[in-house]
Amino acid sequence: MITVCRIEDLPPGESIRVTEGVPAPVALFHTEEGEVYAIDDTCSHQDASLSDGWLEGCYVECPLHAAFFDLRTGAPTCAPAKFPVRTHQVSVENGHVLLHVSVGEPA
Amino acid sequence: MRSVTVVGASLAGLSAVRALRAEGFEGDITVVGKELHLPYDRPPLSKDFLKGDVDAGSLALSEPDEYEDLEATWLLGEGAVGLDPAARTVTLSGGRELRTDGVVIATGATPRTLPAADGLAGVHTLRTLDDALALRAELRDGMPRVVVIGAGFIGAEVASTAHRLGLHVTVVEAQEVPLERQLGRDMGRLAAALHSDHGVDLRCGTGVTGFSGDRRVTGVHLADGRVLPADVVVIGVGVRPATDWLIGSGVDLDDGVVCDSGCATAVPGVVAVGDIARCPNPFTGRHARIEHWSNANEQSRTAVRTLLSGTSAAPPATAPYFWSDQYGVRIQLAGHVPAGAEARVVEGDIDSRSFAAVYEVAGAPVAAVAMNRPKLFNRLRRRLTPALAAVGS
Repeated sequence: MITVCRIEDLPPGESIRVTEGVPAPVALFHTEEGEVYAIDDTCSHQDASLSDGWLEGCYVECPLHAAFFDLRTGAPTCAPAKFPVRTHQVSVENGHVLLHVSVGEPA
Repeated sequence: MRSVTVVGASLAGLSAVRALRAEGFEGDITVVGKELHLPYDRPPLSKDFLKGDVDAGSLALSEPDEYEDLEATWLLGEGAVGLDPAARTVTLSGGRELRTDGVVIATGATPRTLPAADGLAGVHTLRTLDDALALRAELRDGMPRVVVIGAGFIGAEVASTAHRLGLHVTVVEAQEVPLERQLGRDMGRLAAALHSDHGVDLRCGTGVTGFSGDRRVTGVHLADGRVLPADVVVIGVGVRPATDWLIGSGVDLDDGVVCDSGCATAVPGVVAVGDIARCPNPFTGRHARIEHWSNANEQSRTAVRTLLSGTSAAPPATAPYFWSDQYGVRIQLAGHVPAGAEARVVEGDIDSRSFAAVYEVAGAPVAAVAMNRPKLFNRLRRRLTPALAAVGS
């Protein structure tokens, strides 16, 4: 488990890229609806950082080719991405954003 | 409409098949592709694929599951040579005639060549997977001296990849400032600086007059009289739309297939998409072909709606977008840069090659450019104003 930041450092509509203490970079999102999600940061299509993407509801649009991923499942919802990204558990406790990186297979 | 033939089996063609099924078309779909390959992604051909970091399999644009769902017939390895709208037939190079109710033209474009280089081994253009395989093999054969003709996006990406392979690279550009028409003068100069940042020799304002070499190229002759020794030459001087097969078909041809904004051609039941389609663009206000990956990916939906409904569908007024990766810098551009406009940096700085900037007309942002700033770029991109609205404001 990793303490990423304080929740006020990740306001709604924002995202952050976590590179320390994780096997591969993870993207954390705080949606406008108040949910916090974590997925693999590297797009499953080509080399782009999803934490740089456009957040729309509980979906993120890849900043390079506009593939959409569902933050809840990691599944792509349109081309060009063909494969899901992994999701990771994230929680907010005592004002801190905690990340539990999963090592499982993609959703 | 019971059958549709999509001519062209690259991104635009595949997107058309997807759009046909997404719009509920249940009839027969036939796709004609000149290349033997199923649709693959072209952008990596000048980057990771050329360098050897990824294999051909990773370029596949779709997977067996999706092909099964799409239920299209793929006729690969044979191009179309004719379209007869009255008879509703598409003729293939082997003589076969396909009867079809609707046609989607998606044959894209072909790289321009230099006639003086005809027949010389070692001279390449780069468009297809086979082109990339041939060039890659030669870039890995010893330590060739590479001359790239044209400092546009393809030329710059090839130069960057060859440089990363440790090769000696020279880039020759006819214009004084590369990419000035696409990016403006200041950003064009910056694109030029990316080459010199990495010690790649860029010669601007210099035309190519000819080549030396008997069967294989040995040098490139410049207009100023100098000769650049070369083992491998890559010509990246733009493309011409692949319209030859449509001559005499009744489809209006003028730098591509002339279309209305809904991708309809002059012939009912025939639409065009991707690099070949010259449509009025509701965002830029220009009637020009758009050679971008994103356009090939997205335009098919409009074209297919037009084809299936018989009336021209309205395209989304989104800014044309493309990207280029070179020398470790990701360049992204959205919108059309008007002649004479220069970018205003809104975040980051040019010297660090990490910034986002906008081009403005009458105070309204009509285009955005960024180097290594994808997050802000995507925000700026969504705030752009269609050029016509900007002029009118």
